[in-house]
Amino acid sequence: MSRDTALVSADWAEKNIDAPGVVFVEVDEDTSAYDTGHIAGAIKLDWKTDLQDPIRRDFVNKAQFEALLSERGIANDDAVILYGGNNNWFAAYAYWYFKLYGHRDVKLLDGGRKKWELDARPLVTDKVERPRTQYVAQEPDTSIRAFRDDVVAAIGSKNLVDVRSPDEYAGRLLAPAHLPQEQAQRAGHVPTAISVPWSKAANEDGTFKSDDELRRIYAEAGLDDSRETIAYCRIGERSSHTWFVLQELLGHRDVKNYDGSWTEYGSLVGVPVALGDEPGEA
Amino acid sequence: MTAPTAAGCAAPDQAAPLPASLDLEKETVITGVVRSDTGEVVPGAYVRLLDSTGEFTAEVVTSPAGQFRFFAAPGAWTLRALSRHGNGDTAVTAARGINEVVVTVAA
Repeated sequence: MSRDTALVSADWAEKNIDAPGVVFVEVDEDTSAYDTGHIAGAIKLDWKTDLQDPIRRDFVNKAQFEALLSERGIANDDAVILYGGNNNWFAAYAYWYFKLYGHRDVKLLDGGRKKWELDARPLVTDKVERPRTQYVAQEPDTSIRAFRDDVVAAIGSKNLVDVRSPDEYAGRLLAPAHLPQEQAQRAGHVPTAISVPWSKAANEDGTFKSDDELRRIYAEAGLDDSRETIAYCRIGERSSHTWFVLQELLGHRDVKNYDGSWTEYGSLVGVPVALGDEPGEA
Repeated sequence: MTAPTAAGCAAPDQAAPLPASLDLEKETVITGVVRSDTGEVVPGAYVRLLDSTGEFTAEVVTSPAGQFRFFAAPGAWTLRALSRHGNGDTAVTAARGINEVVVTVAA
């Protein structure tokens, strides 16, 4: 994988809005931004109501994913261009789902909604209808998904990358600072996890830094690219952003996203937790 | 409060009143408005909260009245706003309770 196969620029997107076989998809946890204006022709996916199972704590299964994409009019051979707010966090999460379920051609819009808005590119409020399809998903590729036992087993042996802010890593905050801090679980990080906030990989307009800059950032942080890597955050969306950087832009192998992330790990009974700015001991 | 699995990470509506359940004895709220250099409020600006080392901590989009809000911790922070009217920074030393700040942006 590389930048050419995983990413499109805002200029490319604006030129290809009407291109046949290209479907723009806005993904957010709160889709109210879509309703105030979206890229022409883009459909929306709601991370919570469309992409999460309504009962169990899990994301949609293969049959649910097939039903969703069929209903929204996405075909197996469409080129899907994902974008969203929050610096593309939820778009990156959706990208990971599309890969997990074997979609062939999926890319992220570099900079997402933020760069598009800051560039004053056009947004429309038209209702978008696409004809129904018969989408067929592949069996989930769990080589890119980590579960809690994988994380515990990785302590001291694999790369664990905590992509939350430094204060969340150290245990000084329990959630990103745009959210109230009161939470049930313990604060801190998985012992031996290195701290590389997702934001290190992005410019302030939301675009990704260059491959050379990205390689330097993870090398300086001590990521050993000969070993497997598990990325985590609080609920798995910021770590999708880092998973995207490591596997899809830099071409690392064996990178997994731990979607349970800190809301699961920090609530487990009996697992080790490290506090403070240092990774801690295995 | 909500269960941790139900609370996601998207930035909530910046114009909504503070939740009644919020404990201002514990929370450190940094809130305010973004204004242009001519004093008008700037809706749709991207406001980032940077920690004392300049590292990104969170980002929200201002409300139609130019408002933003963060839940942080006591200490030194920087607010950086990006908008079509230009960018700007404001330093703030926050204490528990509500801390009000204005960020001015200019091209």
